[in-house]
Amino acid sequence: MAKFECPDCAYIYDEDKGAAHEGYPAGTLWADIPEDFPCPDCFVRDKPDFIEIAEDK
Amino acid sequence: MENKFEPNMLAAARSNTPSDNSAWIASKKYCYALSLIVLILPLLSAYYAVTSGNGLWLWGPFVFLYAGITLLDKFFGDDDANPSETLVEEIKNQAYYKYVLFIAVPMLWLAVIVLAYVVTQYEWSWFSFLGAALSGGIMAASGVNIGHELGHKVNDKGQQLAAQLALALSGYGHFVIEHNKGHHKDVATPEDPASSRMGESIYKFVLREIPGAFRRARALEVARLQRLGKSEWSMQNEIIQTALITITAYALMLAFFGPLMIPFLAIVAAYGYWALTSANYIEHYGLLRKKEANGRYERCKPQHSWNSNHKVSNLFLLHLQRHSDHHAHPTRPYQVLRDYNNVPKLHAGYPWMYILALFPKVWFSVMDPKVADWAQGDMNNVNMDPVAKDDRFKRYHRKTL
Repeated sequence: MAKFECPDCAYIYDEDKGAAHEGYPAGTLWADIPEDFPCPDCFVRDKPDFIEIAEDK
Repeated sequence: MENKFEPNMLAAARSNTPSDNSAWIASKKYCYALSLIVLILPLLSAYYAVTSGNGLWLWGPFVFLYAGITLLDKFFGDDDANPSETLVEEIKNQAYYKYVLFIAVPMLWLAVIVLAYVVTQYEWSWFSFLGAALSGGIMAASGVNIGHELGHKVNDKGQQLAAQLALALSGYGHFVIEHNKGHHKDVATPEDPASSRMGESIYKFVLREIPGAFRRARALEVARLQRLGKSEWSMQNEIIQTALITITAYALMLAFFGPLMIPFLAIVAAYGYWALTSANYIEHYGLLRKKEANGRYERCKPQHSWNSNHKVSNLFLLHLQRHSDHHAHPTRPYQVLRDYNNVPKLHAGYPWMYILALFPKVWFSVMDPKVADWAQGDMNNVNMDPVAKDDRFKRYHRKTL
């Protein structure tokens, strides 16, 4: 599953984990996250700002 | 020391080498704990009021916070030290700093309860009663400040709960949602009810800020609950959770201490609200983010916040006054917030500016020229109260190109 990082606070959206508190359960694909999704840690970067993390291993 | 804002220069956090001011930065760790003394002041003032029979003592904490901290700021001056990169890495996750806050939260409640006990178990004049209630209000205000710091740490359940307890003191349970997801997103735009506009007095601002903040918090929380498939009235609604803490605590105090708690707690909570209004009023007055071609506002930059770098008020306010760094990195903990070169600076610490804000004419005469400087004389770049627009353009607009 893919991971995406907030360029400001280094929060990582992991599709395996989702963002449960914000209402995106584990397994929610990045493609299904709305465009206006703010970083659930710092809230000052939105989905289009996130950077995909290259698969390691 | 650079005090003047140079609009064409890039704002940047001043970096210090590890040796710069290292003794001061090391001792600062203990100064945060020392600043908890302010939370003991209500207990001392209550003790002296009861033993001496002089109710004026009950004004102590309130007077100290404004006059005392302002004088100490004058005496100790600016805090030139920024933590070095190495130190930031070392202390940013140290548990010590959050434990200081965990100790502060019950102290706030204890101070208010002791004041409530003293005002109801002894006879005081209405004036002394007012002093006690306002001193309790200072505790509620500190609760908002501490709740602000804790509330940003959304991944730490302990800090989130402590934030709720701190904010419950003034009944401001919707603050964390409103602030993190609302204010930080919309800051320094006309859309933000928690950013003040040039020419807007604090008395006009408060009528926009308090209801606007509540509406925005509620909308954000309802949207989150909808995604979770829950109703607005679910117990997972964090606004309701904190409100229940407030209601329970206030009801208990009413039951134990009697009807005098109604005016007392009303003043305590109102003062907490007012202190937050004051902070919001001065933190971004007149500053405006530009709209980009795609219709979105430019990102919040360091030049979109008013800062103050005074040592003492910064210790007590947990570096809230290093506001540019806070908005640049909202999750950065208080102990590693940095002062920036070339950002908008207030000439005094926040507490003194709160007093100036009470007198709109004085406030405008001090701050409007600063805002005009900041905008390089182009009043189109200012977050402006529409009613004041003509007047401010006449007085300050210098760009005719």
